Amino acid sequence: MQVSMTVNGVAHEADVDPRTLLVHFLREALDLTGTKIGCDTSQCGACTVHLNGKVLKSCTLLAVQADGCEVTTIEGLAEAGEHHPMQTAFWENHGLQCGYCTPGMIMASAAFVRDNPGASEAEIRHYLEGNICRCTGYHNIVKAVKQVADAAAAT
Amino acid sequence: MWPNEFDYARAGSVDEALSLIGDEGKFLAGGHSLLPVMKLRLAAPEQLVDIGGIDSLRGISADGGLTIGATTTHAEIAASADVQAMCAGLASACGQVGDQAVRNFGTIGGNIAHADPASDPPTVLVACGATIHIQGADGSRSVSAQDFFVDLFETDLEDGELITSLSLPNCSDCQCAYVKFPHPASRYAIVGVAVCLKMDGGTCAQADIAVGGATVKAVKCGGAEAALTGSTLDDAAISAAAEAVKADIGDWLAGDIAYPESYRQQMAGVFLRRAIAAATG
Ligand SMILES: Cc1cc2nc3c(=O)[nH]c(=O)nc-3n(C[C@H](O)[C@H](O)[C@H](O)COP(=O)(O)OP(=O)(O)OC[C@H]3O[C@@H](n4cnc5c(N)ncnc54)[C@H](O)[C@@H]3O)c2cc1C
Ligand code: FES
Ligand code: FES
Repeated sequence: MQVSMTVNGVAHEADVDPRTLLVHFLREALDLTGTKIGCDTSQCGACTVHLNGKVLKSCTLLAVQADGCEVTTIEGLAEAGEHHPMQTAFWENHGLQCGYCTPGMIMASAAFVRDNPGASEAEIRHYLEGNICRCTGYHNIVKAVKQVADAAAAT
Repeated sequence: MWPNEFDYARAGSVDEALSLIGDEGKFLAGGHSLLPVMKLRLAAPEQLVDIGGIDSLRGISADGGLTIGATTTHAEIAASADVQAMCAGLASACGQVGDQAVRNFGTIGGNIAHADPASDPPTVLVACGATIHIQGADGSRSVSAQDFFVDLFETDLEDGELITSLSLPNCSDCQCAYVKFPHPASRYAIVGVAVCLKMDGGTCAQADIAVGGATVKAVKCGGAEAALTGSTLDDAAISAAAEAVKADIGDWLAGDIAYPESYRQQMAGVFLRRAIAAATG
C-alpha cells in the first residue's frame, strides 16, 4: 500500500505492507533509528514521536494510518543546527544514563512544555507517566523538563 | 512485534465503511486497543477498515444534550468546554485514560466497542444514562449504555455494526464526578466510580452511580443510589451507600492475583466515598 508522509520536513513516499507499524517504517524504511522500541506493548514511550504535533507512541499506529501526516522524530527536533531547548536541558541536567528512553522522553517533554509552559514539578511527573526510564529514577529528567518549563513561562 | 497480515481499506464515509467490512473484518479507529492485541496475536482479523478519516464520525456538539462522534479522541473530550459543563464526570474520566499519547489517539467509540472491564469512560456513560447510536447494513438503532455493555469484552454490537456517536443528557445542574484507583503500571482502572447527584437544596433528589474496573463491565448501582436519594448526604447515608455498593456489584466482580475480587469490592466502597466528596466538593 502506498503511503506518503512528511518526516522531519522531508516528504517521503513508499510502498508498505499494511501491517508495518509507524516505528518500523521510521527505523527500517527511513533509517531514523533515533526512535527506539522498548516494550513494544504501548507502555514505555521509548517510541514517542510527534504526529501532526501530538505525542504518539509510534509502536501503536500503522504507517498507513499516518498517510498524509507530518511526523517529527528526535532527529528533527533541532533547528538550524541548534539543539532544541529540551535537548540542551537533558544534557545540562544529565537527564539520562543509558539513554534508551531519552528520545521518547525528550519528544514527550517538548510537546508538554510547548502546551504547558510553567508546568509544576507535580504536573511534569504526572505527565511523564507514559514514559518509563529504567535507569535514572527520573530525578534529573524532571529537573531538565522543569528548567525548560520555567524558561518558557518567563518568556 | 508485527501483527498478522491483513487487508487494509480506508473508508471515506459511514456507508463506505459498512459496505467494505467483511465477515472477518474489523473497524480500525485509533488502533490503541486493537493493534496491541493484534501484536500479541490475541486477535488476527483478516481485514481492517480504517474509519479514522471519516469526518462525520468526529466531533462534539452541544444542543440541549451532548452528542459525541465515535472517533472523537479522549483528549478532545477531556478538553471540551461543552463536556466539562454538561458532563464533568466524562471529561474527567477521559482525562484519566492512560497517558497523553493514548488520549491523543484512542477514541471513545473504540473504547466502548472494545469493552475492556478496566476502562474509564463506560462507567460514566452507564451512570449518566448515555445512549449509543449504531449503524449497520440494515439501518440504524440506539441502545442505552447500560444495555450496550453485556459482559467481559462483550457488547450488544453485532458483527459489521458501527458505532456512529453517543449522546448524553445535559447534567450541568448535577454534581458529577469520576474517581479511579489506577493500576500503578498500566494506569487502567482497578476500581472506577462515577456519581451524578441532583441536589434540591440540601437534599439529594436523585443519585446515579456506576462502578467499573472492579467488575466485568460497568454496573449501575441501585442500592447505593437508594441509600443516597432523599438524604442530605450525611455520614450515615454515605456509609450506607458505601456498604450497599458492595452488594450492587456482587454478581459482577472481576479480579486478578494482585487485586482480587474481595479487595476490589472493598475498594468500591472507599472510592464511592471519594467520588461523592469530589462531586460535592
Ligand atoms: C498504554 C495504554 C493505556 C491505556 N489506559 C487506559 C485507561 O487507563 N483507561 C481506559 O479507559 N482505556 C485505556 N486504554 C485504552 C484506550 O482508551 C483505547 O484507545 C481505546 O480503548 C480504544 O480506542 P481506539 O480508537 O484506539 O480503538 P481501536 O483500537 O481502533 O479499536 C478497538 C476495538 O473497537 C472496534 N471499534 C473501534 N471503533 C469502532 C466503532 N466506531 N464502531 C464499532 N467498533 C469499533 C475495533 O474494531 C476494535 O475491535 C489504554 C491503551 C493503551 C495503549
Ligand atoms: S515501544 Fe512503544 S511504548 Fe514501548
Ligand atoms: S536512561 Fe536508561 S532507560 Fe532512561
